[in-house]
Amino acid sequence: MTVQPVPSSPVLHAVRLGLRRGWTEFVQSLRSSQDQWFYLFTAFLAVGYLYLRRDTPVEGTDLMLPSVALPSILGGLLAFGLVIGPAYSLAMEKEDGTLLRAKAVPHGLVGYFAGQLVLHSSSIVPQMVAVLVPSFLLFDDLMADPSGWFTVVWVLVLGLLATLPIGMMIGAVVPNAQKVGMWGMLPVMVLAGISGIFYPIQALWGWVQVIAQIFPMYWLGLGMRSAFMPDSAATVEIGDSWRTLETVLALGAWAVVGALVAPALLRRMARRQSGSQVAAAREAATQWVK
Amino acid sequence: MRYGDKDVLTGVDFVIHPGEVVCLLGPNGAGKTTTIEILEGFRERSAGDVRVLGQDPRRVSEAWRARTGVVLQSWRDHPRWTPRTLLDQIGGYYAPYSTPDRTRPIPTDELLDVVGLTELAEQKISTFSGGQRRRLDVAMGIVGRPELLFLDEPTAGFDPQARREFHHVVHRLADLERTTVLLTTHDLDEAEKLADRVLILAGGRIVADDTAEQLALRAAVDVEVKWSRDGERFVHATQDATAFLRRLLDEHGDAVVDLEVRRASLEDAYLELVQRHEAGQSDEAARVFTEVL
Repeated sequence: MTVQPVPSSPVLHAVRLGLRRGWTEFVQSLRSSQDQWFYLFTAFLAVGYLYLRRDTPVEGTDLMLPSVALPSILGGLLAFGLVIGPAYSLAMEKEDGTLLRAKAVPHGLVGYFAGQLVLHSSSIVPQMVAVLVPSFLLFDDLMADPSGWFTVVWVLVLGLLATLPIGMMIGAVVPNAQKVGMWGMLPVMVLAGISGIFYPIQALWGWVQVIAQIFPMYWLGLGMRSAFMPDSAATVEIGDSWRTLETVLALGAWAVVGALVAPALLRRMARRQSGSQVAAAREAATQWVK
Repeated sequence: MRYGDKDVLTGVDFVIHPGEVVCLLGPNGAGKTTTIEILEGFRERSAGDVRVLGQDPRRVSEAWRARTGVVLQSWRDHPRWTPRTLLDQIGGYYAPYSTPDRTRPIPTDELLDVVGLTELAEQKISTFSGGQRRRLDVAMGIVGRPELLFLDEPTAGFDPQARREFHHVVHRLADLERTTVLLTTHDLDEAEKLADRVLILAGGRIVADDTAEQLALRAAVDVEVKWSRDGERFVHATQDATAFLRRLLDEHGDAVVDLEVRRASLEDAYLELVQRHEAGQSDEAARVFTEVL
């Protein structure tokens, strides 16, 4: 058998297939009642909370609670979705054979990861629509200045780059999908509690504030508040400022760390994939009592 | 191959020639899946020399991947996809590796027809029965028109008709596409039908390597002779069927009717070999099998 000539760039070809793969999975997700339920349920909780407290004034500003809490919650929801979404998909697809299938195909892993990036990036669109549409119908004074939408876009892009790799890294290292709750969900919930999403971060002890400010969730929330709220409201924040430069640096640093570490962890995960691992996961999943 | 301090594969030496269909048999836990995973490049080996399509599967190129196909024991992937979109997607990765004498991938419609899934092409995969799912797995394994195909228990859960159709697919691949096939199975009848050559793995060693026919001939199992005489049914087991039949016919002549002679099958040979191995005589069993003829 002769060595076959390989045309120009199979890698680029695989990336293109991966983009199509991601789009296909995104459309499947939109059509899936399971995912629709998730988007609507989280939006219902968020908007419901804002609605119940729509007449609560926020101290130090002339704004009502929804104007402050909506951007915070939006930041929190995005961070949650972008970490837990990919963590679950990778953990599950390690077990159901999707990843192994990609490994058995030439440049299939390139396509697989390209698809994952497209799928999880686009999933923020339905998430945002589900929260923003009812909010803008129900509440006033949400967006102080239309130029804030520009800020929303760059905060989103940076937030995506900062959080998505974290989710993929968690998915790469968890031993099985049932452990995502412990390794992913729990820390993210704790962070949501201390990152100034539901009440001002200044209300917490100093050391808790420091921990919260290490992680991207706080900065996503802060960036969103800076986008939606008037500049005069910055007095509610640490240092009476939106700290735009710090937001860019903090999210940017996570993006760099993610871009450096995630590929190595994903390669390690892919190298370890084998059929007997998939078979063992199947056995383990049906064996609840151990 | 070694797990912890236990060597699980110690004497696995074999060669598979292009275009051959080889069946790897052995009891559960004998190391069939481990062997096949090492060859697929999915698992590191602790020692030994392996060459598959001229490359060490430990460090294979993507071009090598394009020339091989894999069907594993348990897939549950892509439940939300339909066979058509999934085969289009998976097949797409093989397109850069297409050559004039081996066009890749196999067109989706043709492939759906080969595995009998044309009617289900637009259905969600999560709704499939076990056998339908398995046929889709086979389709994905061969979508790149592989030169070498690995099949790990491909017909587990098939009904007899699906099994026969699958055998047609394998024959087709071997005859028309010159595909080399390495398969594992627990179905000895299947091994007998499909394989040009049978390897039996027991206790981490290849204890037999021959055609199914030769293995059956070598089995030290009696031949069974059945006949009727004067409305009565007789059964006799003998080592030397020819001599026995001559005596039988000399004695009773035309009175012997419904004569039936059953040689040892691959199943007999296999069971005997595995039994010997399990009785702790694997070395002896291997010796007998390699030296009898």
